[in-house]
Amino acid sequence: MPHPLEVSRVAKSFTMHLRDGIRLDVVRNVSFSVPAGKCVVLGGPSGVGKSSILKMLYGNYGVDSGEIRILHCGAPVDLATADPRTVLEVRRETLGYVSQFLRVVPRVSALDVVAEPLVARGAATDQARDRAATLLARLNLPETLWALPPATFSGGEQQRVNIARGFITDHTVLLLDEPTASLDARNRQVVVEMIREKKNAGTALLGIFHDEEVRDAVADEILDVSAFSAREMAA
Amino acid sequence: MSVEPLLKVNGLTKMYGARIGCADVSFDLWPGEVLAIVGESGSGKTTLLSCLSTRLEATSGSVEYHMRDGAYRELSRLTEAERRFLMRTDWGFVHQNPADGLRMTVSAGANVGERLMAIGHRRYGEIREAASDWLSRVEISPTRIDDQPRAFSGGMRQRLQIARNLITGPRLVFMDEPTGGLDVSVQARLLDLVRGLVHDLGLSAIVVTHDLAVARLLSHRMMVMKDGHVIEQGLTDRVLDDPREPYTQLLVSSILQV
Amino acid sequence: MSGLATYNFAYLDEQTKRMIRRAILKAIAIPGYQVPFASREMPMPYGWGTGGVQVTAAILGPSDVLKVIDQGADDTTNAVSIRAFFQKVANVEVTTRTKEATIIQTRHRIPEEKLTEGQVLVYQVPIPEPLRFLEPRETETRKMHALSEYGLMHVKLYEDIARNGHIATTYAYPVKVEGRYVMDPSPTPKFDNPKMHMSEALQLFGAGREKRIYALPPFTDVVSLDFDDHPFTVQSFEKPCALCGAEGVYLDEVVLDDRGGRMFVCSDTDYCEDRRAQGFLGDQGVPLKEAAE
Repeated sequence: MPHPLEVSRVAKSFTMHLRDGIRLDVVRNVSFSVPAGKCVVLGGPSGVGKSSILKMLYGNYGVDSGEIRILHCGAPVDLATADPRTVLEVRRETLGYVSQFLRVVPRVSALDVVAEPLVARGAATDQARDRAATLLARLNLPETLWALPPATFSGGEQQRVNIARGFITDHTVLLLDEPTASLDARNRQVVVEMIREKKNAGTALLGIFHDEEVRDAVADEILDVSAFSAREMAA
Repeated sequence: MSVEPLLKVNGLTKMYGARIGCADVSFDLWPGEVLAIVGESGSGKTTLLSCLSTRLEATSGSVEYHMRDGAYRELSRLTEAERRFLMRTDWGFVHQNPADGLRMTVSAGANVGERLMAIGHRRYGEIREAASDWLSRVEISPTRIDDQPRAFSGGMRQRLQIARNLITGPRLVFMDEPTGGLDVSVQARLLDLVRGLVHDLGLSAIVVTHDLAVARLLSHRMMVMKDGHVIEQGLTDRVLDDPREPYTQLLVSSILQV
Repeated sequence: MSGLATYNFAYLDEQTKRMIRRAILKAIAIPGYQVPFASREMPMPYGWGTGGVQVTAAILGPSDVLKVIDQGADDTTNAVSIRAFFQKVANVEVTTRTKEATIIQTRHRIPEEKLTEGQVLVYQVPIPEPLRFLEPRETETRKMHALSEYGLMHVKLYEDIARNGHIATTYAYPVKVEGRYVMDPSPTPKFDNPKMHMSEALQLFGAGREKRIYALPPFTDVVSLDFDDHPFTVQSFEKPCALCGAEGVYLDEVVLDDRGGRMFVCSDTDYCEDRRAQGFLGDQGVPLKEAAE
């Protein structure tokens, strides 16, 4: 398998049983690959299925057909057909994801939210927290917030927690869903630097960036998702 | 990483006369995995939990458990003595109503220490120390060790029940609506505690709940039940974010947003 | 007409005695196990020893010599009544002397005098189930006995230590029989527990209201439950018996006046009298001959 992430002929539709079973075709024939050390950006107008593609790649959405092959511990795994246990293992070891919104867990501090992916991989809690602190400091999250659960944070603060959480591991494939949407210029620049460092480290990145400045700064390739859109077909 | 399932369930069926309790349920549970069984009242989730935990005899099908000695044993073929031993050492059962899982008239310390005494611990000092340690781990002040659970709040009772179950280092814990009847803030604390313990101890757990938020927070995998049948199962976030079955879509769309 | 003619020997009919004897034999065969039996209405209220009386009636023969004690004493109401009952319905010889008795029915004590081969000690038992106060369900306690699940007994002892700093159970102190069944020794003081261990006499326990019989055959291993760091100990008394000067026996407190005066005397009246007859004297005792005058 030449690239860490290869997608071929993936199709996705939703059947809305609560709305008389109407079928919503989202994308079809999605095929692309992400090489190591490169950042591929999904482009195209909103509603075209960019987020859905990321969610399928992460295993969060099921797929109707096609293959999502990811290089996991030296061997390819097809996430389109993998069982839940394998998907979880791939997420723990290989595949990272920075979602648009942070899903907060009650009572867990921001520092521990960030450290969790490292702890899940067996790192010592203290070391993981040190690393989390470094990242949060770099993203300019005030230190007074670190010990608090992020539920009451502002959108930008939550997003920085989310970014730190996604970047803390050395996952070889990283999915980014609008990581800079609610950040100010200074923090956008930090994220751009962090993405560049991941690229230099050989990580394969796939992202959605509406901010053109960020997109131009990090993208090695822009993929127009309109080409895969199935909306017109279904209509 | 262990490569063998802890529990292998095959075609498990429970009939109440002609009525279906649960029908043809099959799944594997892996070490460290938390499985949520969701569905509304009467969907068969509690029946399924009872059959899995040998509290109810299934009509047909099998449940095999990976014993500590490495052998798989068909649970319905264990002797009662073996089954009860398993239940108080290698398993835990957290009841929805703490009064069902606690001895309300003996002290918190004795509640937590009972399993140790049951397996032959005979040093009072050690039992008390272990009980005190476990009370701290479930965020109950060790100064309450001699108080009876009757004097505890609902959330404390539930945490006490968890400590009582976990003291023998079980590998599998069954939970029946563990947050049912608790205030939301108390629920959050309990869920967080359970999440942490499950992770720290590498526990496997089967959690029955009608609360999808509980399932999302605690479980890796979930099964949706309706009329005794498992109608959808898979990765918890996938079932919740991309539900396929009409009933699952209905359940998910019925969650209150705050 | 003599009173005897209206009763079968020892009051119970022969079929009932056979039924009880079968229960006793089973109890002897499974030391410490509670055997259910069809307890009969007796001409005395529950709580007065109906279980012990039925056991005694079932094993009593015309040549037996019967002693009845209540809290160690031969002369308390309960003891006197039961003794009189058997004199009337069985016309057997009775005694107060432990050594002479072949059957001793007791409520809440084991005589100080070491029992010997051939003697039978019959206990009156109010609640035979040692697990009862912790587990109210009979179905569950039976299962616990069957599976030898006795963790709960230690929960009780744990509670004692947690509350009092030591095991505060002083009577009906649970024992384990032959490493198998946990048994309630009836409400005897724990002081008497060691006497049950390896006793030469046969020990039978009858609970009339609860309809259970259990037994310790001679030379049975009987161990009082405890913790390694809180071992079982018996009560000790600061002073010897005030009447006979005996040490290492179980003493009763006797209030002498309403100014706080009290003395401690042997609870076993026969033992005390025997010692005084031998010339032993405590600091408040008077020689037997003088007392009789």
